[in-house]
Amino acid sequence: MNRRPELRRYHAHIWDEPIVMQMGQKGERGIILAEVEDAIKRTVGEAPSYVPRNMQRKEQPGLPEISQPHVLRHYLRLSQETLGMALNIDIGMGTCTMKYSPQVSEELVRLPGFAELHPYQDEETVQGILEIIYHFARFMSEISGMHEFTFQPGGGAHGIYTNVCMIRKYHETNGELDRNEMISTLFSHPADAACPATAGFKIITLYPDPETGLPNIEALKAAVSRHTAGFMVTNPEDTGIFNPSINEFVDIIHEVGGLCGYDQANSNALFGIARAKEAGFDMCHFNIHKAFSSPHGCMGPACGAVGVAEALSEYLPVPIVTYDGSRYHLDYHRPNSIGKVRAFLGNIETVVRAYAWIMSMGSEGLRQVSETAIINTNYLIRKISDVPGVSMAYPKQKIRLDQVRFSLEKLKEDTGVGTDDVARRIVDFGVQEYFTSHHPWVVPEPFLPEPCDTYSKEDIDYWVNIIRRISEEAYKNPEITRTAPHNLRKHKREN
Amino acid sequence: MLNELGVKSIEELLTVIPEGLRFKRPLNLPKPHQSEFELKTHVEKLLSKNRTCKEYLNFLGGGCWQHYVPAVVDEIIHRAEFVTAYAGNTYSDLGKWQTFFEFQSMMGELLDMEAVSLPTFDWASAAGFAVRMASRISGRNELLIPRTISPERLSVIENFCQSKSVAGHITIKSADYDHRTGLLSIEDLKDKISQRTAAVYFENPSYLGFIESQGEAIAQVAHKNGAECIVGVDPISLGILEPPANYGADIVCGEIQPLGIHMNYGGGTGGFIATRDEAKYISEYPTQLVSITDTVRGEGFGFGYCTHDRTLYAVREKGKDFTGTTVGLWTIAAAVYLALMGPNGIKEMGEEIIQRSHYAAKLLSEIDGVKIHFTPHFFKEFIVDFGETSRTVREVNKSLLKHGILGGKDITAEFSELGESALYCVTEIHTKEDLERLASSLGETIR
Repeated sequence: MNRRPELRRYHAHIWDEPIVMQMGQKGERGIILAEVEDAIKRTVGEAPSYVPRNMQRKEQPGLPEISQPHVLRHYLRLSQETLGMALNIDIGMGTCTMKYSPQVSEELVRLPGFAELHPYQDEETVQGILEIIYHFARFMSEISGMHEFTFQPGGGAHGIYTNVCMIRKYHETNGELDRNEMISTLFSHPADAACPATAGFKIITLYPDPETGLPNIEALKAAVSRHTAGFMVTNPEDTGIFNPSINEFVDIIHEVGGLCGYDQANSNALFGIARAKEAGFDMCHFNIHKAFSSPHGCMGPACGAVGVAEALSEYLPVPIVTYDGSRYHLDYHRPNSIGKVRAFLGNIETVVRAYAWIMSMGSEGLRQVSETAIINTNYLIRKISDVPGVSMAYPKQKIRLDQVRFSLEKLKEDTGVGTDDVARRIVDFGVQEYFTSHHPWVVPEPFLPEPCDTYSKEDIDYWVNIIRRISEEAYKNPEITRTAPHNLRKHKREN
Repeated sequence: MLNELGVKSIEELLTVIPEGLRFKRPLNLPKPHQSEFELKTHVEKLLSKNRTCKEYLNFLGGGCWQHYVPAVVDEIIHRAEFVTAYAGNTYSDLGKWQTFFEFQSMMGELLDMEAVSLPTFDWASAAGFAVRMASRISGRNELLIPRTISPERLSVIENFCQSKSVAGHITIKSADYDHRTGLLSIEDLKDKISQRTAAVYFENPSYLGFIESQGEAIAQVAHKNGAECIVGVDPISLGILEPPANYGADIVCGEIQPLGIHMNYGGGTGGFIATRDEAKYISEYPTQLVSITDTVRGEGFGFGYCTHDRTLYAVREKGKDFTGTTVGLWTIAAAVYLALMGPNGIKEMGEEIIQRSHYAAKLLSEIDGVKIHFTPHFFKEFIVDFGETSRTVREVNKSLLKHGILGGKDITAEFSELGESALYCVTEIHTKEDLERLASSLGETIR
């Protein structure tokens, strides 16, 4: 008996759920509120008398009226029609680090000792959560070499925005108001360009060398000037290729008076191996919802943990959690702070989970995470290398770290099947679709798997076998892939 | 696996990182708790040092509010499918996309607005983005905001408006208010508005709790001067308060945390943006809008991002501001919450909050020396002034803590003109008994 089929038979849930607006009927309801006590009603009278007549709602909102079991059923079904990471081999989403989020952390953040805390509570009543935040900041300092951290930004892009706001403030403080250019690289996340642009900087993008995939240092030298405010870069970039000259890039920026921000979205291969500090960076951000195990939550809540060198810590958003040797405090008195980038202290649930994760891994465990991620990536490259139609971008660079960018250019030329087709088709085998890559596609027909530390050799073999099967299929009968998906209820959408 | 790679150790793979950039010692981190039991015990012990709003009677609000979270909401957002999904498309993650679309649809009904985007980080960020949208739409760069806004929210908006050293940054001007009612001074607004004004932004209910009843007049002043009218709103009020769209708002933003999301020490926030379905607005959203569409086989439906080309994902720095990972799981929570509440639930909620909060205000106003500001038109939050007692807000709150009560937010530094005042929040969770306990504890404290 073949107990381990080469490829699994999979079919997605089909519930044909109506849109919620079409559900229920008049008079149904999903929840009943506590009745206001008679004494209160007698004392205060009718509620509308406290609302100026012109401010009273005239027509009830057209919300659906649905009974509780039907609401539960509807959203349970919709959850079943969602292919969460926990259910599948989610190797395809490069840059996203789809790693396992330990279930115990979910139990921890649902405890009233966290979930039922108000952010304005007296410090005396929140010593436990402040202790977690304080120590997590120390862990992050050790991992990055940066001096102080904030967890206020609500995602990676928001972390980048926070960093560029601090860069602006730093130059203003030094009276350098005409530093209005920010440099990034094409294989850094698009937010490394978009966020400084939002803050009012002019963007200069360094393009990759066609041979090495790395940004050209000569282009950087030509780009810098007295207008250079800073440099926002990912390393390894979104190709999995580590820029070995990154410190020279940093030095060039420093020589002209700019600051360097390290987008550490791709940090999963670097724990205990390389840090922002040793490369000379002034600031960095990590995605706590990626490499630090907090789950992705259908796009958040997330956290862009921002760390800065000592000289820049005065600019961090307020408050910062401090410790006086016996009690933890919220320090709002930071006169040079950029102020606030979001309400309160940020998505602290992500901090609780990441704190627990680091407390379960320790130094050796973290190092092992990165070593496993690197071995997995290079193993995947090896296994996929003989699949027809698939090629690795920038093949002269042999080793990748956290992820790897491939091209299906040949498959497309030979069969007409392109990367968008394959992305849809792989879901037919019960794995999440893959991420092609950010735009522009300088690597034609790209895809970007990231087989992080969660995945076993067997998982990677399975995933590569899917790609192999689709390649064979594309050469024999390309129509199958072009019209995919087939094992999901919702066939290819009209654009 | 190393054999397959033809290498003897990981070190051979690490050669791509030059020696000079390598970290040379083990990370200095605590000894790990490898067993789940030890880890859980460790974190539980830390969290047990906190005093929660379940143990203490809580009257703090100010942008994060304690409401009841229905069990069905938690059940759905605890589903591993939703907790662990991310950026999958309509094929693999159909249910997520449908839930997002339903969030937009139900919020649209509540707000009486046609277009609602997926939320961003919080109300303040949503307001910041809304202001930037208005600036691009009007081609102008001044913003008028009432002085009664939360200073912390204002700080976030300032960071969205760019630094003063940037050419073309948005200048924020503060409009005065009537210290008796809290209402915006229309005269001051008229004095300060000009052909440079991109938008007038105000809130309903305001940060200080009062209902801004001059919405229509404010919108008229804005429109007469070619400016956009942006209104920030607490959606839990909209069963009883008029949606801002009906008194002239062009862009509406606000906070989804009251819609079924635990406070999470302030980590339960999410900010929505809504407008009319007009190209001039739709093309300026930085956040994602989910659209419904047919499938090529003509059965069922699929979903996709509307006008994705305006986002950074398509055009990097040429996109509208920035977006990214925000608050997907809270979006789902809010959708389930609205489906459970329905039109009657949301109406009763509004009425109940008004009755309970006004009952509380009445009880407190009967205490010697305690004064309530901005009555009688407030929703959920109100200002309690201890100026005529012998105690400061700080002292009052310290004493209340001893009674197991978290008193209202101290706003003496934020609004010194209101004296020794605190912002109290009362919702549907506060029973008559709770409110009477607050009053008697306050009475004892002040005596």
